[in-house]
Amino acid sequence: MKTAIKLAYRNLIGAGLRTWLNVIVLSFSFVIIIFMKGIMTGWDYQAKTDMTNWQIGGGQYWHEAYDPYDPFTFIDSHAPVPAGMLEEIERGEAMAQLIVQGTLYPAGRMVQVTIRGIDPAQQVLQIPTARLDTLTDDIPALIGSMMAKNSRLNEGDYVTLRWRDAAGTFDATDVIVTGIFATNVPAMDAGQIYIPLDTLRAMAMLPGEASILTFRESERQRPGLPGWKLMSKPELTREVDELIKTKQTGQTVLYGILLLLAMLAIFDTQVLSIFRRQKEIGTYIALGYTRQQVVGLFTVEGSMHAVLAALAGAAYGVPFLAWQAKVGWTLPMEASEFGMAMAQTLYPVYSVGLVATTVLLVTITTAIVSYIPSRKIAKMNPTDALRGKLQ
Amino acid sequence: MKTTFVTLIALFAFISLHSQDAAEILRRVDANLSSENRVFESEMTIHGKRSSRTITSKSYAEGNSRSFTEYLSPASEKGTKMLKLEKQLWIYSPSTDRTIQISGHMLRQSVMGSDLSYEDMMDDRRLTEIYHAVVKGQAGMDGRGVWILELTAKTADVAYQRQLMWVDRERYVPLKQELYAKGGKLLKSMELKDVVQVQGRWFPTTMIYKDMLKQGKGTEFRITNIKFDQKIPDYIFSKASLKQ
Repeated sequence: MKTAIKLAYRNLIGAGLRTWLNVIVLSFSFVIIIFMKGIMTGWDYQAKTDMTNWQIGGGQYWHEAYDPYDPFTFIDSHAPVPAGMLEEIERGEAMAQLIVQGTLYPAGRMVQVTIRGIDPAQQVLQIPTARLDTLTDDIPALIGSMMAKNSRLNEGDYVTLRWRDAAGTFDATDVIVTGIFATNVPAMDAGQIYIPLDTLRAMAMLPGEASILTFRESERQRPGLPGWKLMSKPELTREVDELIKTKQTGQTVLYGILLLLAMLAIFDTQVLSIFRRQKEIGTYIALGYTRQQVVGLFTVEGSMHAVLAALAGAAYGVPFLAWQAKVGWTLPMEASEFGMAMAQTLYPVYSVGLVATTVLLVTITTAIVSYIPSRKIAKMNPTDALRGKLQ
Repeated sequence: MKTTFVTLIALFAFISLHSQDAAEILRRVDANLSSENRVFESEMTIHGKRSSRTITSKSYAEGNSRSFTEYLSPASEKGTKMLKLEKQLWIYSPSTDRTIQISGHMLRQSVMGSDLSYEDMMDDRRLTEIYHAVVKGQAGMDGRGVWILELTAKTADVAYQRQLMWVDRERYVPLKQELYAKGGKLLKSMELKDVVQVQGRWFPTTMIYKDMLKQGKGTEFRITNIKFDQKIPDYIFSKASLKQ
C-alpha cells in the first residue's frame, strides 16, 4: 500500500498541469460545499435564535381559534388568561399578548395592521416594550423598522389607528410612535403595531383577555390548557426547518454539478492513463503484481486527486472561510422579502462534522470514479500489455 | 327653588318632546329607506389617486340577511356574482368558473377597493331599532330645510356608535350623514342627493361615501333603477343562481 501511494503520488506529480487542473476544480467543490453548508447551518442557527428572542420564546399557547395566517380569525381568538398561567406571568417567566386587527392611516393612506397588546414590563421577548412605558397623554405605540419604512413613520409621529371593539363597533384614535426597533423576524415587524396590553384590552373591551401566551422556559413539560393550543418550539420553528431543507435540496443540485465537473475530469484522466500506460501495467503484472493490486494502484492514484484537492482547498479555503465567518455574507436582495426570520448578513457556522463529511463524500466519490475505468485493467492480457499492444 | 323646579320640568319636557320628535323623524326616515326587499341597478364610481373606475351591478336584497348582486360592467368584473346569506358570503368568478366561500369577517372589507364595506352596503337594519335619536337643531342644506339629528347606538353591535344626520324636513330623507367612532373621531361621511319619489316613498339615488381618515375623493354610488317590495323568487338567493 505504501508503495502504491508513493507510486501514485509520483505519477500524479509527473502528470503536471493536468493533475493540478483536476485538483483545482475538485478543491472548488470542497470549499463551495463547506461554505454553502456553513451558510445554511448559520442561517438555521440565527433564524431559530432570533425567533426565540423575538417571537416564540420557549414556546407558546395559542387560543384555539388563532391562526396567524388568517387575520380574520383574530376577532374570535381571545379568552381570559388561564389561572394556571397568571402566576408565571406575574413572575415574568411568561407574557400575554392580545391581538386585534386594525387599520393605520399614515398620511391619509390606509394600511391594514395587526395591533398587538403587550406588557411594557415584559422580559420574555427582546422587543423593547419598555419604550411603551412613557409619560404621554396619548397612546404610545412601538413599530419595527420595516413597518416604519413602509408607512413612512418616525419616532414622535402621530398616526390614526382604527379598530373594532369586541362588539364590532368602530373606534379610532391617534397614537404616538414612541419607539422603532430593528429585528430580523418579519412576523414581528411587517404590519405590526405594539401598544400596552391593558390599553388594548380597554380599547377592544376585552379585559383580562389574551390571544397568545409566550413562556420563557422550553424544557419543562407543559400541561394542556382547555381552549388553548400548546405550540412547542420545534413546532413553531418548523417553517424554518422546511425552508432550509428546500434550499438545501436546491443547493445539492449545485454541488452535484460541481462534483460532476470534477469527476468528469478525473474519469477522463483515468481512462487516458490506463490507455497510455498499458506497457507500465504489463510490467507491474510481470513483476508479480496481481491484477487487483494494479487496479488498486490506479484507484489510489485517482483518489489522491481528492487528497491533493483537500490540501489545496485548505490552503486558500481556510483563510477564505474564516474571513466569511467573521464578516458574514450579505444577501444581494432584501432579506425581509423572504418573509422568514433571516438576517441581511448571514454568518456561516462550520463544524468538524461538516468538514469531515464533505471531505469523506468527495474522497469516496473520487475513489469510485477512479475505480470504474481501472476495472478494465483486470481484463487485460499482460503479454499484450507488455508489448504495448492496444487493447 | 320653585323657579329652578319649573325650569327643570320645562327642560325635561323640552328634551322629551325633542326625543319624541326625533324618534318620529327617524321612524319616517326608516319608512322611506327600509323595505321588505328591493331590486336595484347601480353604478359605483371609485375615485382613485390617478383615475376613477365605474362598476355597474344589479342587486336583489331582502332585509339584512339575504342579498344577491351581479356585476354588469366593466368587462373585467362582468359576470361576477355575490351571494350573501346571513353571515356567509359566496363569490362566483366567471373567469375561473368557481365559487368561493368567504368568511363572515370578510364582510367588513372594502367592496372592490371602494370606501364601502360589504357590511355598509348590506346593513339594512331599521335605524329606529339600533339608534336613539335627538334633534340637535335645524339648518338649511342645498336650498332645503333640514333637522340635524344625533343618533346614539342602542345596542353594542352597531358599527358606528354615533351619527349625525341631516334629514330633509319635508321628505324625511337624510341628505348628509357623519359616522363617528366611539372615541368621537369622524370616520365616514355620506352625502345623499338626487332624491326621487319611488312607489310613494322618497329615496336618495346618489350617495357619496368618503372615508374621512383616508385621502381621496371617496366613492360615488348611484342607483339608476330601484323597485321596492317586489316578488323575488327564492332561487335568486340560492347558490345555484351564482352559476346561472
